[in-house]
Amino acid sequence: MRLQRLAETDRPAVSFTLDGRPMAALEGDSLLTAILTEDTYLRTNEFGDGRRAGFCLMGACQDCWVSVEGSGRVRACSTPITEGMRVSRGTVQP
Amino acid sequence: MSVVIVGAGPAGTRAAEVLIGAGLRPTVIDEAPDNGGRIYQRQPAGFHRVARVLYGFEADKARAIHETFDRLRASIDFRPRTLAWNLRPGLIDTICDGKARAIPFAQTILCTGAMDRVIPLPGWTLPGVFTLGGAQISLKAQGCAIGARVAFLGTGPLLYLVAYQYARAGAHVAAVLDTTAFARKAAQAFGLARGGATFVKGLYYIAWLRAHGVPIAESVTPLAIGGEGQVQSVSWRDARGTTHEVAVDAVALGFGLRPEAQLADLAGVPFDFDPVQHNWVPRKDPSGKTPVAGVFLAGDGSGIRGADLAEAAGARAAWSVLAARGLAVDAGAVARLDAQLAAGAAFRAALERAFPFPAKLAAGMADDTILCRCEAITAGELRAAANETLATLPPPEVNRAKALTRVGMGRCQGRVCGAAAAEVLASTLSCPVEEVGRLRGQPPVKPIPILPAEAA
Repeated sequence: MRLQRLAETDRPAVSFTLDGRPMAALEGDSLLTAILTEDTYLRTNEFGDGRRAGFCLMGACQDCWVSVEGSGRVRACSTPITEGMRVSRGTVQP
Repeated sequence: MSVVIVGAGPAGTRAAEVLIGAGLRPTVIDEAPDNGGRIYQRQPAGFHRVARVLYGFEADKARAIHETFDRLRASIDFRPRTLAWNLRPGLIDTICDGKARAIPFAQTILCTGAMDRVIPLPGWTLPGVFTLGGAQISLKAQGCAIGARVAFLGTGPLLYLVAYQYARAGAHVAAVLDTTAFARKAAQAFGLARGGATFVKGLYYIAWLRAHGVPIAESVTPLAIGGEGQVQSVSWRDARGTTHEVAVDAVALGFGLRPEAQLADLAGVPFDFDPVQHNWVPRKDPSGKTPVAGVFLAGDGSGIRGADLAEAAGARAAWSVLAARGLAVDAGAVARLDAQLAAGAAFRAALERAFPFPAKLAAGMADDTILCRCEAITAGELRAAANETLATLPPPEVNRAKALTRVGMGRCQGRVCGAAAAEVLASTLSCPVEEVGRLRGQPPVKPIPILPAEAA
């Protein structure tokens, strides 16, 4: 699964890093959109249920938490991407 | 002292309009960066799609709500990006950009909206499964589809609407899987006369999807979402008992809506089980007044009635607030709103009957299916607790089950699993679902950072 951009693709590019890897997104993207258009998951469930990629996209389920350097834990669905953001997904399971 | 409106969607906007008309300056709090609520959510700066593309048939209503809010903005103490995380007598605790602030109120109108009602099935926690509402937000607010091949699974008006919006926007809709028989039977049974515009639109979406070759299956029993590490398929059983599977990389899941009523709960408003909606709803009179002094309710957060009635209920609640403050009330305007709300209630009941919540599907969830996605607790663990302990320790209700199993104790506070957990518990205890009660709200209603208070 990757989010598919269907419209509004003529926005300026924004660069950020995900787990140290350089990534590109578009201005106005949420962190969730920025990550899930390029990769398949946001976090790993702490109770052994594998990878997660958010669920409700409206700030209710709390299943899209990622870490942002300088801000700590944020909800990816309701956090806008900004230039140079350094995002980490914590422990990555194989 | 001020009137505080929580929620800047259709209900909150119309409430603010009435209050401002009476010379007040309400405070409006919303967690989102801008007004509009979920249904009329505004896209971020730099996005250019026109209202017709974003909101379809509802474009004129969306535009009217946005224009009203923009016109009133200077008369509102508007606090976007602000979470109302607790409600105490006369005070709403908020946090914005990491800064906490308690906002006092003489009266508050809670317009806190709704979210998808979910029934778990095997594989529903895989990356690529989102709520129907979430799928819609991705498209409206971000211009993105949740996947390259998307299945829409569940029931309710949103099922066909979002599938239609996806297909119109150029997404590949692999299947629409409805647990009810809406498209074939209910549409005929209820017809255009009784259901009003909502049914007409629903039938249009179905006809459009069919005309564009989108497979629609009705009366389905969802079986599983398959995949390793991400969604790869969805399977279901049809009414004849035949099993089907389709390859997809994303699933949008939802079975109607449930109120986000945590603040009303914290305010001490009693709740009643509404058998038509199959939801617990905070108690209010037709004017939006609750049994708790100073607390008023409007919109889907006070029971699911849809956006049009949310506008009417918001305005109506504002008139109730004005009456409570001893200010003049326009009897003609109130009578019109009351008539609109009464007529709308009949439409809503027809809609709920057309898309009944498949409670048996939730109650019959397989033992090894994850029920609580926060902490990966299965339906079987809840059943075991019910059989071993709850049956002998009255009252056998969901808050006790939560203490024993942690179902509903995770970070979402039971927003996602609560409805299904109640069905599993009730069926295990062989009692009506209303007898197991509802998960109580707890402050903070969403996780907030805890910081030590600064020394004075």
